Amino acid sequence: MTAIISVERLDKSFGTHAALREIGFEIADGEMVTLIGPSGSGKSTLLRHLVGLTRADRQSHSQVRVLDRDVQRGGRLVSASREQRRRAGYIFQQFNLAGRLSVLTNVLVGHLGAMPRWRSLIGRFTQQERDLALQALERVGIVGLAHQRANTLSGGQMQRVAIARALVQEAEVIFADEPIASLDPRSAREVMEILQRINREDGRTIVVTLHQVEVARRYCRRAIALKQGRLYYDGPIEGLTDSRLQALYENAGLDELESRQPDHRIAAPLHAVG
Amino acid sequence: MQSASSFDMRARSDKRSWTTLVGWAVAVGVLGWAWQGAEMAPSLLISNAGNMATLAADFVPPTFGSLDYYIDQMLVTIQIAIWGTLLAVLFAIPFGLLCSDNLAPWWVNQPVRRLMDACRAINELVFAMLFVVAVGLGPFAGTMALFVHTTGVLAKLFSEAVEATDAGPMEGVRVTGAGRLEEIIFGLIPQVLPLWISVSLYRFESNIRSATVLGMVGGGGIGVSLWETMRGFQYTETATIMLVIIVAVTLLDMISQRVRKRFI
Repeated sequence: MTAIISVERLDKSFGTHAALREIGFEIADGEMVTLIGPSGSGKSTLLRHLVGLTRADRQSHSQVRVLDRDVQRGGRLVSASREQRRRAGYIFQQFNLAGRLSVLTNVLVGHLGAMPRWRSLIGRFTQQERDLALQALERVGIVGLAHQRANTLSGGQMQRVAIARALVQEAEVIFADEPIASLDPRSAREVMEILQRINREDGRTIVVTLHQVEVARRYCRRAIALKQGRLYYDGPIEGLTDSRLQALYENAGLDELESRQPDHRIAAPLHAVG
Repeated sequence: MQSASSFDMRARSDKRSWTTLVGWAVAVGVLGWAWQGAEMAPSLLISNAGNMATLAADFVPPTFGSLDYYIDQMLVTIQIAIWGTLLAVLFAIPFGLLCSDNLAPWWVNQPVRRLMDACRAINELVFAMLFVVAVGLGPFAGTMALFVHTTGVLAKLFSEAVEATDAGPMEGVRVTGAGRLEEIIFGLIPQVLPLWISVSLYRFESNIRSATVLGMVGGGGIGVSLWETMRGFQYTETATIMLVIIVAVTLLDMISQRVRKRFI
């Protein structure tokens, strides 16, 4: 299999704080990989670099390639056509939907990059496009909510809308940044199962940041672990042995350690999304 | 350790009471200074009470002979406010976006902000006088005056709403491959729209009030009659005009409140 994501010598600092140092890895087509580590380890920052939401340091040799194109090089974004950019989708911890728009419109946003400009600017969607969006909603199991406002949904439902948006986008790679961190345990499981199905049935590559090891073990075969901004482990998930995990999470906050015990975890409160 | 920290706390609270005292002294000083400048003389209200009573008596009873004409003029005033506000809203959207530091770089948002400051700093009446020279006497000059001033006001209020938005929904649109404009339309506008509508309606209300005096400088509307009757000492007519204005402003305020509530 060929690498469709490659990161080389990625450096990122916030002020004097080094958030990421010399990160490098490759991910092959069709993999489902977890980026794991305690909070503050840089995994979300790293994921944001992969779609150009965050830029690496200017004086670095950082390079990010996704799907045969440079996303950024030496801290500069490489411009790309809308068709190129829509090949990679992204799912956020806080869903990032437009709360006042309907669920259907939020899903149709995934199609904007593929539409003629004059239609995308005035938001005129064809019946065919609407059908596509409804099919995506059906796949994530919430087609009945299509005409509700997005801000009336629960966290788990919002995350499914975000996944449906990535499906309509027909993204070949889906990056998911802590997709279940704001969800109750049941919604979390359902969202992970949907992501797994998309990986298995459609062959989409999925990179998901998680901070719970047991979730990662259940759904991902490969893990890339970060510790204090450095690559700590990259290999099969089974290789993350207890002693390695102990070292990974040492110096981490108490809540991080507790969150590794499956039954001790208290679901994080849902955050209101505007 | 403990005594040291409580000592620190006491020192800090002493310091705070000092600054509070200085603050009060400054406030009193400013008020006294302004009292002088404004030539405040409440005693005049009492010594001249007789004059005022005579003047007030001149206003009653209002005469309703020209009521139809005044209502017509009030409608013109409302029409001026409608177009003045609408044009301002349309122009304030792009200017407001360009003023926002989360959308435009400083070398764009700073010049645009200064331009809007200038629009806002100069009163509608002054703009009306200028437009009367430029486009002639009449309602169009008044409409343009309201338009320019209100654009400055709304652009500032719009951009404040934009700067208070959550960046998340815009990023959500960006990562689908959509362009910058789509990001604004689908990620940003839905967040700010209720507030934009609310402040636009509020400006419409206050523009109706402003439009009632534009006629005094030739900007059309009911202000023309207001000015003429006052200069001609026809105070009973002036009283009628004032009643028309009060009724119209009250009605439109009520309607606009209703509309506004639906959007919040």
